[in-house]
Amino acid sequence: MSEVQLIAEGRGKHCGDRSKHLLRWLLFSLPLLFLALFYFYPLTKIVLLSFLPEGSWQPEKISRLFSSTVYLRILWFTTWQAALSTLITLGLALPGAYVFGRYTFPGKNLIQALLTVPFVLPTVVTAAAFRALLGQNGLLNGWLMSGFDLSSPPIRIEQTVYFFLLAHVFYNYSLVLRIVGGFWAGLDPDVRAAARMLGASPWQTFRRITLPLLFPAIGSAALLVFIFCFTSFGVVLILGGPGYATIEVEIYRQAVQLFNLPMAAALSLVQIAVNFLLMWLYARLDKRSKTTFYSDGATGSAMQPVLKSQKAWIGVNVVFMVILLVSPLMALVMRSVTGEYGMTFAYYSALFTTQTRSVFFVEPISAVSNSIGFGVAAMLIAVTLGLLASTFLASARSKGTSLWDAVIMLPLATSAVTLGFGYIITLNRPPLNLRDSIVLVPIAHALVAFPFVVRCILPSLRRIPQSLREAATLLGASPFQVWRYVDLPIIMRAILVGSVFAFSISLGEFGASAFVTRPHTPTMPVAIFRFLGQPGDMNYGQAMAMSTILMLVTCSGFWMIGRFDSLRKSVGTGV
Amino acid sequence: MTHNRLLTGGGFFIVQHTPLHVILNSMEETMNRISRFFGSLIVVLAVLAGNNAFAEKSITVMTHDSFNISKEVISHFEQENGVTVRFLKSGDAGAALVQAILSKENPLADVFYGVDNTFFSRAIDADIFQPYASPMLAGVPVSLQLDPQYRLLPVDYGDVCLNYDKAWFAAKGIAPPSDLTDLVRPEYKGLTVVQNPATSSPGMAFLLATIGKFGEEGYLDFWMKMRKNQVLVAGGWEDAYFGHFTAASKGDRPIVVSYASSPPAAVYYSEKPLSEAPTAAVVTADNAFRQIEFVGILKGTKSPELAAKLVDFMLSVQFQEDIPLQMFVFPANSNARLPDVFVQHAVVAEQPAIVRPAAIEANRSIWVEAWTDVVLR
Repeated sequence: MSEVQLIAEGRGKHCGDRSKHLLRWLLFSLPLLFLALFYFYPLTKIVLLSFLPEGSWQPEKISRLFSSTVYLRILWFTTWQAALSTLITLGLALPGAYVFGRYTFPGKNLIQALLTVPFVLPTVVTAAAFRALLGQNGLLNGWLMSGFDLSSPPIRIEQTVYFFLLAHVFYNYSLVLRIVGGFWAGLDPDVRAAARMLGASPWQTFRRITLPLLFPAIGSAALLVFIFCFTSFGVVLILGGPGYATIEVEIYRQAVQLFNLPMAAALSLVQIAVNFLLMWLYARLDKRSKTTFYSDGATGSAMQPVLKSQKAWIGVNVVFMVILLVSPLMALVMRSVTGEYGMTFAYYSALFTTQTRSVFFVEPISAVSNSIGFGVAAMLIAVTLGLLASTFLASARSKGTSLWDAVIMLPLATSAVTLGFGYIITLNRPPLNLRDSIVLVPIAHALVAFPFVVRCILPSLRRIPQSLREAATLLGASPFQVWRYVDLPIIMRAILVGSVFAFSISLGEFGASAFVTRPHTPTMPVAIFRFLGQPGDMNYGQAMAMSTILMLVTCSGFWMIGRFDSLRKSVGTGV
Repeated sequence: MTHNRLLTGGGFFIVQHTPLHVILNSMEETMNRISRFFGSLIVVLAVLAGNNAFAEKSITVMTHDSFNISKEVISHFEQENGVTVRFLKSGDAGAALVQAILSKENPLADVFYGVDNTFFSRAIDADIFQPYASPMLAGVPVSLQLDPQYRLLPVDYGDVCLNYDKAWFAAKGIAPPSDLTDLVRPEYKGLTVVQNPATSSPGMAFLLATIGKFGEEGYLDFWMKMRKNQVLVAGGWEDAYFGHFTAASKGDRPIVVSYASSPPAAVYYSEKPLSEAPTAAVVTADNAFRQIEFVGILKGTKSPELAAKLVDFMLSVQFQEDIPLQMFVFPANSNARLPDVFVQHAVVAEQPAIVRPAAIEANRSIWVEAWTDVVLR
């Protein structure tokens, strides 16, 4: 190679770096613009308006925040219940993640789909499901009382900490299962095999090899569970009873019931600050522990169980999951076909033929299609933005990366009431006159789903060795080709997991969307709440029937995404 | 190893050095794809958003999630005036009002329905409604008209009171409650479920009933006894009624705080036709709190005349007669005939406990705080 060529190459490489740098920021500009428009702008404006209602600062409105110990107690309660919920969920779900990550077995796809259903259920419905099972007059107490001849129900967990801890596990189990399980499946089995060959015991291999390799995924899942529980609203409100209040509950109370907006804004900032600090620390830790062992993500390392002990282990885990997660769902289905006078399909037939002449009445079929429409729109937005943001975060080496990482997570940690009110005062003029438009609904869903997607994709993207991309580039692949044929196949599974959660966040009307003003486009959760708003057997029964339909739709949606994954695997990526 | 498979298996790589312009070209291509995607996204969004902006003549009603009315009633108004009525549902009654107040510079709607007397003063103080002395008020009892300046006009009312499970009390041979003071008697231990006034509007109304009955000096004493008698506090009405009330599902409490119009709803929505309501409401003197719901024309509306017509219509007999079976509350217009199921199974509190709206707004946080300390902490 001549000297001239070398110089030209050097310059080219330099320019390439600069343009890559530019490209990275171009990629990130879109998520950033989205956050600026639909998160920072409304949030800043509502906080400013709350603190400076007539342009003047009114400190007396929030003096209680510092003078009373009540808020300190609420902060403490919020933190420890979230930490405890996270630990319990991890403890129970990691064995499951192992089973789902390492083995293939019949019905795996269906069980996985079923396990994700709780994620979309409205809290009132979850409460009904648990009561049907564990309440004073629930199934379990009934059996125990007749079986052991007891005069009073032995299980009393209504309005206790245990009840909502259980519900938090119920909601978040699949989060850990899918994020960690998906990542586990992508671990290179050769590394484990090598360790075993060098004389490490299975336990040593797990502790010294597998666990460190899994750390990014476990961390991602734990962080999501923690934030989810930290901002818990309905679960604590309904299942824990009013003796317990999280910051989120207190924000709602201050803003809506007491109309003390300064206090609500101050508490929102406290909530954001605590979570931001945590996420930033985590992001720094996560970046340092970057590991680059991976297996071909397209085929994965999942295998058929061979040994009896393996089969037994799978069996035990599946049975446990079914008891924990599927039995409350079944109790709900049972309730939807059990009337005052025995088995009945009256609730279902009433859903379709009901006599109500309400202007807000919708055919169940349009509630389903509205839900799916919003779900798909929110999923597309969230996955696009999440992919762009993760690509930016994974390729960045600057110090600011952990900070950006934490910034992206903020929408998840932000009070839904505060943000909802922010929309009212900001998105009110063309070209962004969206505050009463149905377009805002999928946007609000996507805002919450987008951090989920990033947390799902980022660990997989980070473990792709840079050398692999460099090799591809050296062989003449353009950056787009590198992304398309190296990155994408490896992170495809993570993208699917992210899509599942983005879709379900939207289907469950999670977070900010509950406070988005909207014209008449009822979704399944809205329909369920409409039934639960008035007394009468038929209302309750139809709410249960609608919940069952919600579960079926969700489950088949997940099942199809799972099928797509298997199909993709069997066809192969051609790479 | 996997590395090898990835690199050799595909064979798509162009094995030659990549000049800068190729990188830039492909970058351009990538950006083009991205901008095309978002370009089309924005177009779709604009079209969807535009649908609202360029619709035919329309009038918007902002309201809470529990609002309901029959299709043909609204169509009647729409046809008569050649307009479309849009409803914006904005959360519970409190959240909807806060949103109306926050958007007062640039209102979301022309008419707001669903301010109740517990939030009445907040709405008046925020100065978001313009006066309209509807001629239809002639049919509305003066006792329901709280605003002498006609900014908020009463549409309907409901009495928040105790509901009990008739069959449960008959089976146990205990006399059902007839007064709030019954609840603290020993034989009523662990029988009652109420809603948290901090998070629920019937819960707040019931707290106000006890303040109206026992006075500011006596209500905490009553609640202390309630706590000793193991009152259960639920977060909201749905949870209290469907989660804990024996007559509504597999609950364990035969007494619940609900509405005097809940028994007819239990009959109307029963699985099989019932001749008698399974529940009964306690509406003896000073034992219920009357929640009155109001409508008002928002300041800054672009069509005040149409808004006034809609308010007239909401107070007219046609709309008022539709209210009971859609929302299970009583119509404000006394000329409206009640449906049979109301005539047979509904009761009205002749003498509800009274607390002035101004006192409610001024003391809400103090009362709720004190209640929380006594009952929950």
